[in-house]
This record gives sequence, C-alpha cells and structure tokens, in this order.
Amino acid sequence: MTLAGILAFGLLSLGGVFCVIGAVGLLRMPDFYTRMHAASVIETLGAGLVIAGLIVQAGFTLASAKLVILALLIFFASPTATHALAKVAHESGVEPVARAREGEEAP
Amino acid sequence: MRKVSAAISLFVFWVLLSGHFTPFLLTAGAVSAFAVVVFARRLELVDPEGHPVDFSGSALRYWPWLGVEIVKSAWDVSRLIVDPKLPISPTLVRVKPTQVSAVGRVVYANSITLTPGTVTVVAGREEFLVHAITRAGAESLAAGDMDRRVTRFEGTR
Repeated sequence: MTLAGILAFGLLSLGGVFCVIGAVGLLRMPDFYTRMHAASVIETLGAGLVIAGLIVQAGFTLASAKLVILALLIFFASPTATHALAKVAHESGVEPVARAREGEEAP
Repeated sequence: MRKVSAAISLFVFWVLLSGHFTPFLLTAGAVSAFAVVVFARRLELVDPEGHPVDFSGSALRYWPWLGVEIVKSAWDVSRLIVDPKLPISPTLVRVKPTQVSAVGRVVYANSITLTPGTVTVVAGREEFLVHAITRAGAESLAAGDMDRRVTRFEGTR
C-alpha cells in the first residue's frame, strides 16, 4: 500500500467513525433540537473527512476538483437546511428541553 | 468588473465539471457563461450578494479559523454523544449580531449553525436566537469572539 493509500484509508475510516457517532447521537439525544446537533457532526467532520480521504485517493485530478466543489456545496447548504428545520420547528411550537440562560426570559 | 469576474468564475466552473478540452466544448462553455451573466444582469442578480467576490480575501483568512472551530466543536459534541451519562445541558441564548450588512449576518448565522453544538433558530436583524447543546457552548458564543471575527470579515474587503 502506498503512503497516499494509507492516508486515504485513515481519513475514510475516521470519517466513517464520526458518521457512526453522529448516528448514535441522533438516537440518544432527548429532543428535536439536540438531535440536530448530533446530525451536524455527520455533515461536518463525517462528510469532511470522507471527502478529504477521497481527494487523497483521487490525487491531483479533475475528480478532486469536483470533490472540492462538493465539499463547498455541503458547507454552504447544510447550515441553511439545518437552520430552515430549526426555524420551522420553533415557529410550529416544538418545545425544546432547553432552558434560557440566567437573566433572560424563556423565548 | 463584477460581471467579468462572474463570467470567469462560471467558465472555470464549466471547465472543471466538463473535463473535456475540445474547442467546441470550450466555446460552448464561454458562450454559456456569457449568456448566464447577461440573463443574471437583466434579473439584477450580479450584485454584492449574488456574486460576493469582494469577500474572497477575507474569506481566505476567516475560513481556516472557522475550520479549526468546527473540528474542535465537532470533537466536543462527539465526546458528549459517546459519554454514557450524556452530559448535555441544552440552552437557548440570544446574541446580538454586530454586522451591518445582510451578507455579514448570513455568514455569522451560518457559521453558528455550521459549528456542531450551536444552531441558529431565529436569525433576526437585531438578534439571533441560538440553541446550544451545552451551557458552556452558549456562554462561549455569547462571549462574542466569532461575532467580532465575522464583523472584521465583512469590514476588511
């Protein structure tokens, strides 16, 4: 196995581990909002490490350029989607288990 | 100038996605990029929001810092998840964005959501409502380091 192959293997495996951690968190968390935090581990470290591994595997090619574009797409689109979900949940009255910070009224 | 830069960006995007360097496809790409810019101009979409090329320099300084923050907070959230006691303390916090432009506030709200452990629930003009998974995460956001960096990001073009 080449050095790049070992590095790609490491990055892909680590990305997979974080995807599994995110999935476990999705199941363990108590309510909608906290589950969303678990999901964001998947879309940042999980997806990020998997794409980094694929870029190392592809080397300096057009496929890598497309993977970079894909990473940018995820990094711009996923917070937008997460925010849209959170906002709609908040507006339709999904109560978080969260408390307001001291000195502030509950929203 | 913004139109020229938009056309060049679109053409580079075309070339990267196509991967064919025949004269026909390169010409087709150039014509398409030009046509898209003409249509976008008629729709008044080529403005600082539609093609924010002015921020390229500050983005190169802000993104590495944001990347490190994302890795750190993703690591923190992962440790919370694998902890058998699940030591979360979900907290809602209101923060005041100090950015003046819509692009600045969007960057700040998206940065908050992109870092695991904090999600912008309501992004208002004067105030953001943020849900944090731990009290500590809410406190460090309220301390305003990210807010200052985004304000510097939009200020230094």
